Amino acid sequence: MDSYNFHWNVVWDAFPQLLSGAFTTLHVSVLSMLVGIVAAVFLALGKMSNSKILSFLSSVWIELSRNTPALFLIYMAYFGLGAYGIHLSPYLSVFAALVFVNGGYLAETFRGGFQSIPPTQYNAARSLGMNRIQAYRHIILPQMFRRIYHPMTNQFIWSILMSSLGILVGMNDLSGETQRLQSSSFRTLEFFIVAAAMYYVIAKLVLFAAHLVSKRVFKGELS
Amino acid sequence: MNLFTPISWNDAGFILTGVLNTVYISVVAIFFGTILGLILGFARAECNKIVNMCLGGVLDILKSVPLIIQLILFSTFIGAMGYPLDPFVAGSIILSLYTMAFMVEVFRSGFDNVPHATKKAARSLGMSYWQTVRHISIPIGMRSVLPSWIGVGLSVIKDSALVSVIGYMELLRTAEQLISRSQQAVMILVGVGLFYFLISYPLSLYGKYIERKMTR
Amino acid sequence: MIEIKGVHKSFGDLEVLKGIDLDVKKGEVVSIIGASGSGKSTLLYCINAIEAINGGQILVDGVDVHDKNTDKNQLRQNLGMVFQQWNSFPHLTVLENAALAPQVVKGFSKEKAEEIATKELTHVGLGDKLHEYPTKMSGGQQQRLAIARALAMDPPYMLFDEVTSALDPELVGEVLDTLRLLRDDGMTMICVTHEIAFAKEVSDKVAFFHKGLIEEMGTPQQVLENPQKERTKQFLSKVL
Repeated sequence: MDSYNFHWNVVWDAFPQLLSGAFTTLHVSVLSMLVGIVAAVFLALGKMSNSKILSFLSSVWIELSRNTPALFLIYMAYFGLGAYGIHLSPYLSVFAALVFVNGGYLAETFRGGFQSIPPTQYNAARSLGMNRIQAYRHIILPQMFRRIYHPMTNQFIWSILMSSLGILVGMNDLSGETQRLQSSSFRTLEFFIVAAAMYYVIAKLVLFAAHLVSKRVFKGELS
Repeated sequence: MNLFTPISWNDAGFILTGVLNTVYISVVAIFFGTILGLILGFARAECNKIVNMCLGGVLDILKSVPLIIQLILFSTFIGAMGYPLDPFVAGSIILSLYTMAFMVEVFRSGFDNVPHATKKAARSLGMSYWQTVRHISIPIGMRSVLPSWIGVGLSVIKDSALVSVIGYMELLRTAEQLISRSQQAVMILVGVGLFYFLISYPLSLYGKYIERKMTR
Repeated sequence: MIEIKGVHKSFGDLEVLKGIDLDVKKGEVVSIIGASGSGKSTLLYCINAIEAINGGQILVDGVDVHDKNTDKNQLRQNLGMVFQQWNSFPHLTVLENAALAPQVVKGFSKEKAEEIATKELTHVGLGDKLHEYPTKMSGGQQQRLAIARALAMDPPYMLFDEVTSALDPELVGEVLDTLRLLRDDGMTMICVTHEIAFAKEVSDKVAFFHKGLIEEMGTPQQVLENPQKERTKQFLSKVL
């Protein structure tokens, strides 16, 4: 067996670049999540609406996002739109694909959360004299938010991990930055070990933060 | 003069190889991922806290590091150690382990769903521990697990696209090569997307159907 | 006073109420009995405007419940309602459950709303549970919470829709005790119930519903002890 000599100094020197890559990773994940949430609200409402056209169009988006690989969607944004003269940067391609997927998955999460609240809760609120908006604001939405919180956290972590596909279109996120650094230094193993560790730490920090928030915000249990 | 050559029927064989390779590596990963996931899922449901914590920690790493980084890391590592592996073998190993990490949770919850009273009833009939596992826990536990098993299987088919990064000629990589040669990105990509969709969508509908049938 | 005049109600082709006439005076306790599907609960939903009606009129203190120009939210503040399933709000503490509506509907300050809620919760015997979450409590306790929650809006009328039907037998007593408490306070109540003995004890008037009509109505002595109609006799012989 050849013995491989690890050289960590190169990685240490390049740490600022890796950190800036990690920042881009977080950046694209957070943004795609926020825009994805907005899209998901409209998709969920569209799918539940009485309009056949709205419901169909929402279903098309939702099912395409759930049944095709994320990498395929990034290629669509990067190569596919390019064929029509719309040249998206690597960042925008990854962003667009993640928004598409987050929107589709979260739409189903929202719909499921909404449908899991028994209609009797709404009636009980109205019987106390609350109007529609008050019943949603104080009774339905708080319970729904609690139910979709964990799936949303998971979707966010998924976004962070999947943004690593930026490596394949030359994005300057953590994985792309790692790729660039290793190819100029040939310390492939060292760089990717550190990148793996950084992804792990980011994912754990996000989970930990989400846990702290949920402990503060959510009290009591759902029936 | 045109640098690019448009795609033709001669490329059909090339695309078909990609299709078959995608199916091939997905089936392999789902197969081994299921077996390993079943064993470790059983261990997580039945073993003590210490075993569970160690197991959980390792599985957590597999789930918290991007698949693409795992693939690059593994193939570089075995190369550096002087044992370069065929992209298919290296890809299958990582994709199977990745699948396993998710299958473990699927099967663990399946085993957790078997009521204690049922297991006790089996033991009271004189069945041994392993007989109870074989005839009671597995048949009951596995039934509830099918929809989430399909869900994990579908994400493996989609994630198999990432094995292209270590040089495996699966569908998306053959497509990418055709695109750089022919510049007919839209047509090729739409075809590829359609292929994934036609495999995945009916299966996801079937998964939802069984789930509905079971909750009723 | 609640005046119900010739009320009709259909769900699609199914006519559930076929002309109900019923008056409930201030301070009266009226019990409605009858088989499932006879339209008892539907009438309560119509009084509270949760369901629309297809004919007739319902007046609460002279206000037409189903008039387009009636402010339904204003109206419902006068009609406390308690459901078969207690419908406690699981994301709020017991105190918050009862204080929410006075706060957001009546616009009371948090302090005042909590003061009112505490008073009503103590009244129904939940004074020591204020900061617990309802999902941790028994069905009987949750049902008493639902009663206190409705009382916190200070309604002149209370509607009870089979409030003991979903409870385990050993928990029925504590909820009936709470209802007796309200009657002793002089509350005007309409109770849809399966508890015949309870109806006999607390009611000023009992109405027996059969297939969307009031088959027989009168004092508990008349309807429950000395029924005149054959169907009433049959029903009572089955449930007693």
